[in-house]
Amino acid sequence: MSLPPTPSQTIGPFFAVVLPWPDGPEVVPDGTPGAVRLGGRVLDGAGEPVPDALVETWQADPEGRFAHPDDPRETSGSGFRGFGRCPTDSDGRWAVRTVKPGPLPAPGGGIEAPHLDVSVFARGLLNRLVTRVYFPDEAEANAADPLLASIPDPAARARLVAAADGDGLRFDIHLQGDQETPFLAI
Amino acid sequence: MPDTPNGGKAGARLVVPGYAPEAPGAHPPLDWPAYASTRLRHPRRPLVPLPHRLTEVTGPLLGEGRVGETDHDLTVQHGGEPQGERIVVEGRVLDGDGRPVGGTLVEIWQANAAGRYRHDGDRHPAPLDPNFSGAGRCLTDAEGRWRFVTVKPGAYPWKNHHNAWRPAHIHFSLFGRAFTQRLITQMYFPGDPLFPYDPILGSVPEAARERLVSRLELDATVPEWALGYRWDIVLRGRDATLFEDEEDDA
Repeated sequence: MSLPPTPSQTIGPFFAVVLPWPDGPEVVPDGTPGAVRLGGRVLDGAGEPVPDALVETWQADPEGRFAHPDDPRETSGSGFRGFGRCPTDSDGRWAVRTVKPGPLPAPGGGIEAPHLDVSVFARGLLNRLVTRVYFPDEAEANAADPLLASIPDPAARARLVAAADGDGLRFDIHLQGDQETPFLAI
Repeated sequence: MPDTPNGGKAGARLVVPGYAPEAPGAHPPLDWPAYASTRLRHPRRPLVPLPHRLTEVTGPLLGEGRVGETDHDLTVQHGGEPQGERIVVEGRVLDGDGRPVGGTLVEIWQANAAGRYRHDGDRHPAPLDPNFSGAGRCLTDAEGRWRFVTVKPGAYPWKNHHNAWRPAHIHFSLFGRAFTQRLITQMYFPGDPLFPYDPILGSVPEAARERLVSRLELDATVPEWALGYRWDIVLRGRDATLFEDEEDDA
């Protein structure tokens, strides 16, 4: 049996009626060892902030495990939430508080560098955009990452790596233009 | 192949349940000039293929503690009943293989019966309803079923083009079981005369448009009380060809 999927539609400008949660940006609670603020701005093709986007993140725990039955390895039992959700503010800013995930074994061999999967929703996006955030202190792991290795342009590759920014990490999402973020077909 | 630093089996022996690729035209294009807001917000470079690995085939399993007692009934969340036509909206969440997606969080939001959202950005000069927030949440049951009681949202004008009006719709957000299945979409009501003029519904290839339209369902109707509409949501299914592993001992 094969059913065609329900098509996507834009999130529109009024999702704040329900989607933002008080603890949405808290992938980990305040005070968690190793917690870091990861965030940036969402910008459009004119370089203007996108004040009505929703950014969501999904990631493994620091041991590289998911509290999920479809992770075929032993379950972590950690109950790690792994999920972050943050609407952008009037300046296009978003941020989550999280911890760096562990590296992951890749099916077929190889190891994926620590990363987060990211979904971007906004008015004007008829489907979500998917991208990834990698970590700037993982140069060696990043060099061996299968997804990064599949992107020939080093400048584009570099745009998937967050930048150290004070105590935190900065990851701007450019929907369009010279600095356009590489988006992923999932 | 050495073991990975995070324990367990090395990647070469890892089998993950991939998800089926989606056919061209299953979803709207990102570049859709008739919807003006897409102009500066769609990427111009080709998307980079992301094979499904562990992060993609897992996903947030949310819901515990996120759904309140009256979250599924948008007509009882305030002191009195909201104005408008009371309706029941129900359906199932299935994957592309027809399997129910149980225990998944469904979040909805909508305009009130007059076509106004409870949101600072909504400037439509239609009345707000003190008894209506337009926000709902529920978890699907083991059979993938969900059900909301609400009022039928009104059509409303927007500034996409001269005399632009959105057909009545309810926004839906779904997680499914994996990051690959995340979906945000809109449900419409059958026979809405605004369909031909709406560039958002119109962005969906014609053959797929009906998948966004609910149907009047007498079995969902509560006699003497509320009309019922039914709408099934299909998230993408599993890939038939898994990563095979000649020495899997899982």
